[in-house]
Parts: sequence; structure tokens; C-alpha cells
Amino acid sequence: MEHITTPPWAMLAYLVAGVLFIMALRGLSSPATSRAGNRYGIVGMTIAMVTTLATHGLASLPEIAAAIAVGGGLGFVTARRIKMTDMPQLVAAFHSLVGLAAVLVGLAAYLNPIAFGIAGPDGVIEVQSRIEMGLGIAIGAITFSGSVIAFLKLNGNMSGAPIMLPGRHAINLGTLLAILGLVGYFTTDQSPWVIAVITALSFAIGFLLIIPIGGADMPVVVSMLNSYSGWAAAAMGFTLHNTAMIITGALVGSSGAILSYIMCKAMNRSFISVIAGGFGAAPEAAAGGAAKVQRPWKRGAAEDAAYLMKEAENVIIIPGYGMAVAQAQHVLREMGDLLKKEGVNVKYAIHPVAGRMPGHMNVLLAEANVPYDEVFELEDINGEFAQADVAFIIGANDVVNPAAKTDKSSPIYGMPVFDVDKAKTVMFIKRSMGGVGYAGVDNDVFYMDQTMMLLADAKKMVEDINKALAH
Amino acid sequence: MDFISILSIFVMACFVGYYVVWSVTPALHTPLMAVTNAISSVIVVGALVAGAAEGSAISKWLGLAAVVLASVNIFGGFAVTERMLAMYKKKEKK
Repeated sequence: MEHITTPPWAMLAYLVAGVLFIMALRGLSSPATSRAGNRYGIVGMTIAMVTTLATHGLASLPEIAAAIAVGGGLGFVTARRIKMTDMPQLVAAFHSLVGLAAVLVGLAAYLNPIAFGIAGPDGVIEVQSRIEMGLGIAIGAITFSGSVIAFLKLNGNMSGAPIMLPGRHAINLGTLLAILGLVGYFTTDQSPWVIAVITALSFAIGFLLIIPIGGADMPVVVSMLNSYSGWAAAAMGFTLHNTAMIITGALVGSSGAILSYIMCKAMNRSFISVIAGGFGAAPEAAAGGAAKVQRPWKRGAAEDAAYLMKEAENVIIIPGYGMAVAQAQHVLREMGDLLKKEGVNVKYAIHPVAGRMPGHMNVLLAEANVPYDEVFELEDINGEFAQADVAFIIGANDVVNPAAKTDKSSPIYGMPVFDVDKAKTVMFIKRSMGGVGYAGVDNDVFYMDQTMMLLADAKKMVEDINKALAH
Repeated sequence: MDFISILSIFVMACFVGYYVVWSVTPALHTPLMAVTNAISSVIVVGALVAGAAEGSAISKWLGLAAVVLASVNIFGGFAVTERMLAMYKKKEKK
């Protein structure tokens, strides 16, 4: 087979696909345009796939069609069945597939470089392609093993607690340098062992990088792996000289990087400290060592909560991951509806790191039919707590902890939080007084004069409130 | 295409990505991740090339395996994005 060149029409088609992908992301600037955006994405993907098949001989079409049918069917059914609360796991699983696909494509290109147009007839791979291929495989492998660990942690198959190996920074740094060194060496020697070792080390480093990261940092990890999956696609795009892959890789890479940045900022943590891991490892150390004195707090009943909210003018609901765990989003929306019937102004306030991935709470509320124009971001609503009669906290903790504003020794110091202490009444749904948030810190909000602790399972409590409201 | 042209496209696309992603409303960050997942599976292009090529049986099978993985992502990613986006509704005006 001679050196393959892509015909101009195909290059143009790939460019069109790339532009459609840009429009797919652009559509997400508002829920109103988002579905059209998704369609652009589907059209772009169809164009890219059809173009590739048309230009690369249709000899293997039956096998390829079968592969697409098997994978596509599996993906489609999963997408239909997945519960919205399990979205973070699903996304992590999907990332791992992109990563593994990148590794397989890289290895396939290595084994059959002539078909990819990256080697002369003698099978010697071009030096530049070797670097691209090596990096692509490495990033893909890191994405794969990292995402598998993230999936296991999010799915509860593996403890969310960070696992700290002694000397892990040295091990990680050494492994990374070894990978880079081998990619360099690969340019002089294209023996199979080089690519095999690069692949194996990259799988290992992905694993090592993610195991020390705790549950609370998962939104950053998921975003970061999203970014990696993009860079892996871009690296493969360089190998294949394919504009659709390069544009997409750059888009996805930037997207994940920006989301990681937003998440880090919302926790006031540096990206480096998240990567270094260990957050939420030792609650006893985080609590400052000294045993806290028992402070008085007030317990409320569902009926009290219902009465107070019925009389209120403005109620702001702050959902957190606990709401998702208790599957309380539907009953919460019912509560909102009942209150609205009483003439109460109900708003939802969402912290950027609420949930286990960016925007997770928004999806859950949307699933429960909460109109998106009743849902507000932190900066947009934080000024309104002073006018709020009730701040209703369900399944959130760290994001309302005033220690973030006042206590310099707190692990969450500097994290932007909701000013719930300004609200006339604070209702705090919590399973018991024992547990503390993911950051492992006590919360002064429990002990404020205006706070009413509603100790119960979130869903049960809201159901009881709804019963009382319906009277 | 030479390396510099490819690199130019890449760098420009990074900038486009930067501005486009900042304009995405935070409420849609989860669908954003799902859809970026789906489109990053454009890596299927490489998988199809490998799966269609003659010359190496192992390479062909690796390619086909990658086609399966990428297809899970493409169909799953777009479908789940569609499902999520369909749930975002505005307040009904009385």
C-alpha cells in the first residue's frame, strides 16, 4: 500500500465536523439553545465517521458495522437507563473508554504505520509521528486508569478515602519522567518494548495519581480527566493529521481544564494541592485536635418547619450531595410547589462544588422538574440571604460553613460559601448530629440561635414537611 | 498537511475552546461534560482507519475494539446529553 493522502473534500468534511463540534458547545450557553447544539454534535460525528469510511476503503464494512452496533447499542441502553444521581460515575466510565480507545488506536497505528500514512514503505515511522504517538498513548493510558479509579470511588466500589503511599510524590515524578524519557528514546528506537513500557508506565501513573485523591475533590478529578481525554484525542489527531480530531481535542481539553479551574476556585484550593491529594484524609487532624465542647443546638420537627415556611415570604433552598444520596429531589420540588401555592417565593441556590461533578445539582433539580429560572448560582443569590426568611439546607454542609470566612485554620478557609447566617431562620436537614461534611469540620451554623436542626433522612423529612404543608 | 499548519489549527482551537466554554452556563456543566465526552470520541476516526486497513491483523482487531469503545461513548454520550437537556424547562407562565 502506498502513502495515503487524504483527498481535499475529506479534509473539508473534517473541518466542517470540527466546526459543528464548536457549535455543539456553543449551544450550551443557554438551556434554550442547548438541544440544537447537541444535534450539531451528532451531525458532526456522523460526517466525521462517514468521511473516514468513504476514504479508507469499505472492505471491512461488515466488521466495522458490527463493532459500531455493539458499542452503540451498549452506550445507548446505558444512557437511557442510568439514574441522574449516577451521572458522575457514568461520565468517569465514558472517560475511561476514550482513554482506552486512544491507547488502542495508538498501538494500532504503531503496528500498521503505513496504513496511517506515517511511515515510508520500509515501515520506519516518522520521528515526529513517534513523539505524537507516544504522547497520545501515554495520555490515553493515564486517562483510562485514572478514570477507572475515579469510577470505582464514585460508584462506591472503592472507598472515597484517599490512599496515601509513602513517597508517592517521588514515585509519581519518577514515573512521569521515565515516560517522557522513553518517548524521547522512542524517536531513536521503534522497538516494541519501548512502546510497551510507555503504555504500562502510563497505566500505572494514572492509577497512582488518582488513588490519593479524596471524595470531596472528585469534581476536580472528573473535570481533569475530561481534559485529559481531550488531549489524548488531540495527540491522536496530530498523528493522523486529522483536523476534526485536533479541533475536538483542543475543545475538550480546554473545557475540562476550565471546569477544573472553576471547581478549584470554588473550593479555594490550588490545582496542585488537589493533585497532591490527601484532602479529607484525617478528620481528627482537621478538627484541630482538641475535642469540641458540646454546644447547645435546637431540634425542630417537620410541622414546625412547615409552619415557618408557610408564613415566610422568601425561602432559599440549598441542596447538596446528601439530597442526591437520599434521592430527595422530587419531594423537594413538591415542597417548593406547595410553598409557591401559599404565595411563598422559592429559590434554589447551588454551589459550584455541590454534588460530585460540575453542574450535578442542576441536572438533578431539572430532572425533578424544577424550572431552571428558579435555580441560582452562588454569586447571583448570595446577596439575597439577608432578605430570606428561611434558608433550607438539604444535604449540604461545607458550602454553608462560616468557618470558611472566619477560621484561618479551617481546611475549607477561603472557600466561597452561602451567607446563610444572614437568613432569619435556618433549617438544616441532617441525618444526625454526629457526621460532619466531607472536609471533616464542625459547622457553626448548627449552633446558631436561628437554626433549627431537622434530624432525619432527607427524603423522609421533606415528605413529612409536605404532609404538614398540605393540611 | 505539515506540522506547522496542524499546530496552528490546534492553537486556534484551544482559544476557541477557551472562549466557548467560558460562555457555557454553569447550570449546564454536567451536560457539557457529557457532550465533550461524546465528541472526544471522534477518536473513532483513527479506530476506523485501523479497522479498515489491511496489512496487520492485530492492528485491525485493535482498531475494531477501539471502534466498539468509541461507539459506546458516541451513542451513550449524545443520548445521555439529549436526555438531560430535555429536562431543563423554563417556568410556565400563568
